[in-house]
Amino acid sequence: MHDTAHVQVGPHVPKTFIGKYIFSLDHKVIGRQYYDLALVAVLVGMFLSWLMRIHLGFPSFAIPGLHLLSQNGAPGNVMTPEYYLQLMTMHGTIMVFFVLTTAPFAAFGNFFLPIQVGAEDMPFPHFNMMSFWVTFTGFLFLVASFFVGDGPTLGGWTQYAPLSAAGSVTGPGQGLGVVLWATSIAFFCIGQLLGSLNFITTTLDMRTKGMSLWRMPLTVWAWFITSVMGLTAFAVLMPACILLILDHVAGTSFFVASNLVINDQLQPHSGGSTLLWQHLFWFFGHPEVYIAIVPAMGIVSHILPTAIRRPLLSHRVLVYSMSALAALSYMVYGHHMFVSGMNPISSIAFSFPTLIITIPATIVVLVWLGSLYGSRIRLTTPCLFAIGMISTFITGGVSGFFLAQPSLDIMLHATYFVVGHFHFVMAVSALFGIFAGTYFWFPKMYGRMMNETLGKIHFWLTFVGVYCIFMPFHYLGLAANVRRYQAFVDDYTQPLLPVHKFITVAALCTGAVQFIFLYNLIHSRFWGKPAPDNPWEGTSLEWSTATPPPLDNFGGTLPVVYHDPYQYGIEGSTGDYVMQTSPEKIQTQHDEA
Amino acid sequence: MAKLLAVTIVIIAIVSAIPILRHTWWMPEDISTHGPPIDEQMSETMAEAGISFLASQILLAYFIWRYSQPKPGEKIKSFPGGAMGLVIAAFLLVGTEVLALGAFGAKAWADLYLSPPAANAMPVQVQAGQFAFYFRYPGPDGTFGPLHPDMISEANENFFGLDTTHDQDSKDDIVTAEMAIPVNREIHLLMHSKDLGHSFFVPELRIHQDFVPGLDLSVHFTATKIGKYEIVCTQLCGLGHYNMKAYLYVKSQEDFDSWLKQQAALQ
Amino acid sequence: MATTVHEPPRNIENLDPSRLKNTGNGGGWRNLVPEADNLHSVQAYAPPPSSTAIWVVVAAISMTFAALTSALIVRRGGAVDWRHFTLPSILYVNTLVLLLSSVTLEIARRRVAAFMRGPKSGQENPARWLNATLALGLFFLAGQYLAWRQLSAQGLYLATNPSSSFFYVFTAAHGLHLLGGLAGLMRVIHKLNRRTLRRTTLDATARYWHFMDILWVYLLLLLWMKL
Repeated sequence: MHDTAHVQVGPHVPKTFIGKYIFSLDHKVIGRQYYDLALVAVLVGMFLSWLMRIHLGFPSFAIPGLHLLSQNGAPGNVMTPEYYLQLMTMHGTIMVFFVLTTAPFAAFGNFFLPIQVGAEDMPFPHFNMMSFWVTFTGFLFLVASFFVGDGPTLGGWTQYAPLSAAGSVTGPGQGLGVVLWATSIAFFCIGQLLGSLNFITTTLDMRTKGMSLWRMPLTVWAWFITSVMGLTAFAVLMPACILLILDHVAGTSFFVASNLVINDQLQPHSGGSTLLWQHLFWFFGHPEVYIAIVPAMGIVSHILPTAIRRPLLSHRVLVYSMSALAALSYMVYGHHMFVSGMNPISSIAFSFPTLIITIPATIVVLVWLGSLYGSRIRLTTPCLFAIGMISTFITGGVSGFFLAQPSLDIMLHATYFVVGHFHFVMAVSALFGIFAGTYFWFPKMYGRMMNETLGKIHFWLTFVGVYCIFMPFHYLGLAANVRRYQAFVDDYTQPLLPVHKFITVAALCTGAVQFIFLYNLIHSRFWGKPAPDNPWEGTSLEWSTATPPPLDNFGGTLPVVYHDPYQYGIEGSTGDYVMQTSPEKIQTQHDEA
Repeated sequence: MAKLLAVTIVIIAIVSAIPILRHTWWMPEDISTHGPPIDEQMSETMAEAGISFLASQILLAYFIWRYSQPKPGEKIKSFPGGAMGLVIAAFLLVGTEVLALGAFGAKAWADLYLSPPAANAMPVQVQAGQFAFYFRYPGPDGTFGPLHPDMISEANENFFGLDTTHDQDSKDDIVTAEMAIPVNREIHLLMHSKDLGHSFFVPELRIHQDFVPGLDLSVHFTATKIGKYEIVCTQLCGLGHYNMKAYLYVKSQEDFDSWLKQQAALQ
Repeated sequence: MATTVHEPPRNIENLDPSRLKNTGNGGGWRNLVPEADNLHSVQAYAPPPSSTAIWVVVAAISMTFAALTSALIVRRGGAVDWRHFTLPSILYVNTLVLLLSSVTLEIARRRVAAFMRGPKSGQENPARWLNATLALGLFFLAGQYLAWRQLSAQGLYLATNPSSSFFYVFTAAHGLHLLGGLAGLMRVIHKLNRRTLRRTTLDATARYWHFMDILWVYLLLLLWMKL
């Protein structure tokens, strides 16, 4: 029996509403809270993107009611240039932090990591609870910036100094807006560090009997690798944000150089380093995008075997590849800074690891593809989104090929090509991972099935829709359409305006489709068909327990694990699949790697 | 459903590729001397990326088509070579591809950024500030006068902060809001920022360089075709970022000389 | 054909059973596999989570200070406005105080095990040593504050010069984390007095405290060399 002395806080039964649903110590509740936060965030972020796209596609269109959101930002319902940038900044910040880091990692990870390794809970439930509420506070700070003085910051989610650091003199929203942004992100970092603490300790120390490292499902590996990245990345962004705040409120000059003249006034700062912010930010920033995609890779790798009824070609190769991605992610960050003014030799130096990182990413995709060979595909909705993720990840990855080369970055830096690339790999691929995970795990989380027909409609329209939206971004970028412009007034961009109109229409349509998902999510939560314990005939530990899982996950007796995950299509077994907890003896052979 | 998905994926892949193959939207014509290796790099990369993209999407589609409806009695199979074969393929194919691209690209990059300007390159200074570019030519004495940031004043149109009363070298400097250069002459562009981060991008010239407050940077290039081009700011610098641009005129030597004389008269 | 991977149990037979006890250095990350009928051979001897947790915390805090260190180096190297100043001498006293607090903590730690076994062990409550650690920690923080006063008396404030900026940022960051350590110590003392203290809690808190100590020595060297 698992040594319960190790469990710092056993399943302690909450008695009040607040203890059960608000300040819960239960990792499952915390996971659901994170999911709901991400859901609210994605709706806000998507709404912001609609406003942006309407303005870009149809600049003179007065959006009804916009002045209610911001009197200064949209007098007469027509967006001002600064308001566009403010919406853009908030869109990026909310999506990257509060959706793409929160949903696949914090939400699903919190809910399923302990269950998949056979633990009753995470070892530090108080820190876990704190991690959610600290993250949530961060979200509040960010949203608050909409309602202050001259609005949110307009410096982009990357907040390059000195635009971000020199104070309100650089533009609307650049005073209090920046301070709120930096505070929000600092809180977010702390929340994620607390989360990583729990993820790492659970993975290493709380596995049940028989759950060796190689028997952990790929989702657990993905969350573990992501936590390690988060540990190092967020711990760097946080002090950077503190220094940024100090430049604002304390008159320091970490990031603001000397002799700068803004609005004909010589600025009081001296000696700060513009590039220092970029180095600190991107040292975090690049691992951050892998933090967004690795859990989605884990989710797809986890769902595929269940859907194709055979294990992936090699468990270990996927783990090594994800680890390689994580390790390399620290060496590539300079590819965001090729023309930044850093030493051009550094640019070449950074480009090689960036090109090399293609290799583990390719291996992951090839293993997925190779696993499809000779399999038996069940095209359920989770499977559709998993396959969709593979397709969109290939697309996004291929465009990265271009951006990895400094000589091509001369033409593509800060154009829509970059925007197309990162939307494909993050906004689409990671998002498809989130969708796949949702449809897959919803039955286990809520005890009810989602509507399969609505799910399929959601997939089809979204899959075609995202290609319609984001593929043209690449064409625009090749034609040198610069990004972060609220309007296109240059001569050479005039022929591109019809493309922007097309994108806007596609974006609004695809956005509308997401309400099918939202409806499905909410309706199924209350009125969906009751779900069996193992609706997908899966093998990992979450399917061996009740639906939804009891407070201590396994109803008093921790499971014992006998097999690797993903034992499907086993010759010599009594069924098509063998669950990890089944004591049935099966023929042993070596892994194909 | 599976067949439909497979067909959809193939259609999406092909439709996506068509505008690329037809260059429907493409880089503007190269007018620089250092540009051809960059354009070649772009074509190479596009070919390799295009092949990888099409091949993998089609393979994905094929597998979905083929394995969604197994024949009765068909056993589950494994990809020949297993994962190891794929790993080796990835290392060999992708590895050589990326290293080759990296090496060739590094040369194209070095030619532009790691080579010094020619001794007789014509110096032009550009200052970026919210939300305009201003240019300065050294005038007949060939030297730029010193800059005094405390004297910068938009109101007085002293954009660079020149002290023409006390600084001899500043007296003949020519400050303009548009940039003109003679064709086929190497230009040494000296860059600094007045206030915050900006960037200098001329797509036709294949030139892209950020301004860094506190750093004096430079690039050098030679334009090969007469015409009017746009310099656009690509580093978010505030609400006027979208509108921050200047025209670049590449003129014949005679036209340039007369232009410069006209500008000098306007100082 | 689909297969399963059934790794042979690794070295379980060869392990010294006494090492299977929870010593904090257990084998949680070894591949443990039960033979179907040999469940006893797999002991749940994963290390206590608090031990792993402290390493995680150490890693994260180290990264934060590494980021600040590189900011310092870049900022110092990049501009001509850096003005060196002499570190307030009280910092050296503070360092000794902090080192001493680690010593008292270690003394306490070694005596706690005996004390927790019960009154028969003859060990009296080592809380005095923990209280001493707590007091020394507070002295350290007070001393840091005095250092700040000394600096501001010389006209060196947060924004006066980048060198002073980094001084305040580093000492404040360290001080804040030390406060966390103090909270942990108080929790340990509280539990000790009620005899509910677990060894893992004490070990984790002690490790954190020693890390704060080592971190401070590193910072002192950094500030002395660079400021």
